[in-house]
Amino acid sequence: MTRNVVVTGIGMTTPLGGDAPTTWAAALAGTPGGVRLGADWDPEQPAQIAALMRDNPAEILKSVEVRRMDPSEQCAIIAAREAWADAGAPEIDPIRLGTVVASGIGGINSLISAYETLRDKGAARVSPHMVTMIMPNGPAAMVGIEVGARAGVHTPVSACASGAEAISYAAKMIEDGRADIVVAGGTEACINGVTMAGFGAMRALSTRNDDPSTASRAYDMDRDGFVMGEGAGILILEEEEHARARGAKIYGRYGGAGLTSDGHHIAQPDPEGAGASRAIQMALEDAEISASDIIHVNAHATSTPQGDFAESVAIRKGLGGQADHAWVSATKSMTGHLLGGAGAVESIFAILALRDRIAPPSINIFNFDPAIELQVTKDGPVQLPAGDIAALNNSFGFGGHDVALVFKSV
Amino acid sequence: MSEDILAGLAGIVNEVAGVPAEDVQLDKSFVDDLDVDSLSMVEVVMACEDKWGVKIPDSEVKNLKTVGDAVSYITANM
Repeated sequence: MTRNVVVTGIGMTTPLGGDAPTTWAAALAGTPGGVRLGADWDPEQPAQIAALMRDNPAEILKSVEVRRMDPSEQCAIIAAREAWADAGAPEIDPIRLGTVVASGIGGINSLISAYETLRDKGAARVSPHMVTMIMPNGPAAMVGIEVGARAGVHTPVSACASGAEAISYAAKMIEDGRADIVVAGGTEACINGVTMAGFGAMRALSTRNDDPSTASRAYDMDRDGFVMGEGAGILILEEEEHARARGAKIYGRYGGAGLTSDGHHIAQPDPEGAGASRAIQMALEDAEISASDIIHVNAHATSTPQGDFAESVAIRKGLGGQADHAWVSATKSMTGHLLGGAGAVESIFAILALRDRIAPPSINIFNFDPAIELQVTKDGPVQLPAGDIAALNNSFGFGGHDVALVFKSV
Repeated sequence: MSEDILAGLAGIVNEVAGVPAEDVQLDKSFVDDLDVDSLSMVEVVMACEDKWGVKIPDSEVKNLKTVGDAVSYITANM
């Protein structure tokens, strides 16, 4: 018997807002998230800009929680608490409850501060919580303990595709019968000198330092790299009958996933978009829909010159003629790039777009790149049709990870 | 003297483990009454060593079952 997966709760903390409703309202309003970093930021850094979480988790959580959790864990916990409450804090046998939360980078802020403690005060002063603050599975484990999940706690790691891969893994747990509810998503908080210097050295970051609010400009002719973001997105995925039996509100349906790899280059996308387009086609097959059902695409669209173009090629290959009709949104133009959090936040955007029948705007497109043969929401939000519609969310990661997710309206 | 140490220790346990300072009394067990786990106990020891300049080796930590045990050890060794 087929076990269908629905979304019954959402939570987000992002540069646009400290919760999901605030973030979504700001996205529909076309709010830019990029800001100039503070006066203490190293002036030698190529990027002087980033998209910081609007509400700092360290000012929301209890001080003892802040002490024991890396910022990536803190924002995951905040989003998870929101999502769990939004789902109605469901009563469930813990052995039927799972958690899959991903991070692309992990607890690097805590690693750096532990190194500074080691250097300045010696080994005897390194925190006993350091290990659980830096381990990549830390956010998943913290969320799993928070909700008491005993069906399994997992952490796929695939750079900027991690959050999307987490959702596909979580859905699989439900489809395969391992769990009835899975708390799933992604998180990232790695705005520090080391990470920013490293991404800067790759020439991956925008250096439009004099204009942070327009620096993230996917599909614009003058895009020059991504704007680092931070935050988390968490979804409550639930087996449909389980959700209906308890009268849960249902945001939308998880349709399916396609996961492939480029086998091409450690940091550059395959210019032919072969892996990405195959992931899109596999996701359509898994969701048992045709390309013409895809009315909306939340694109990976990070605002890098190569990446945005390669993805546009992949979308055209993956959707065929429907690429002329689907409305493509580049929401990183507002949130910045949340790395391991991106796939989760953007999946939530896709689900809310289907629910509200509106594709969010893609801001900061002053001169649309004519090489991008897609219908982009560059002039503002776009109304989506009534009836059964579906949306695609793409996420790609350094290493050549390609993840496409399909969601369906209810 | 030991009142000052108790007050200081209560502040440390509050900061490290989130236990209300007024609950940190001489007869309270770190593990059973205050829910201070072994990792937080390491933090308590670090903070006590920094605050009072005492050295509390791991071999002694296992003997510090109650708040009173810790106050006595610190008083005797600072």
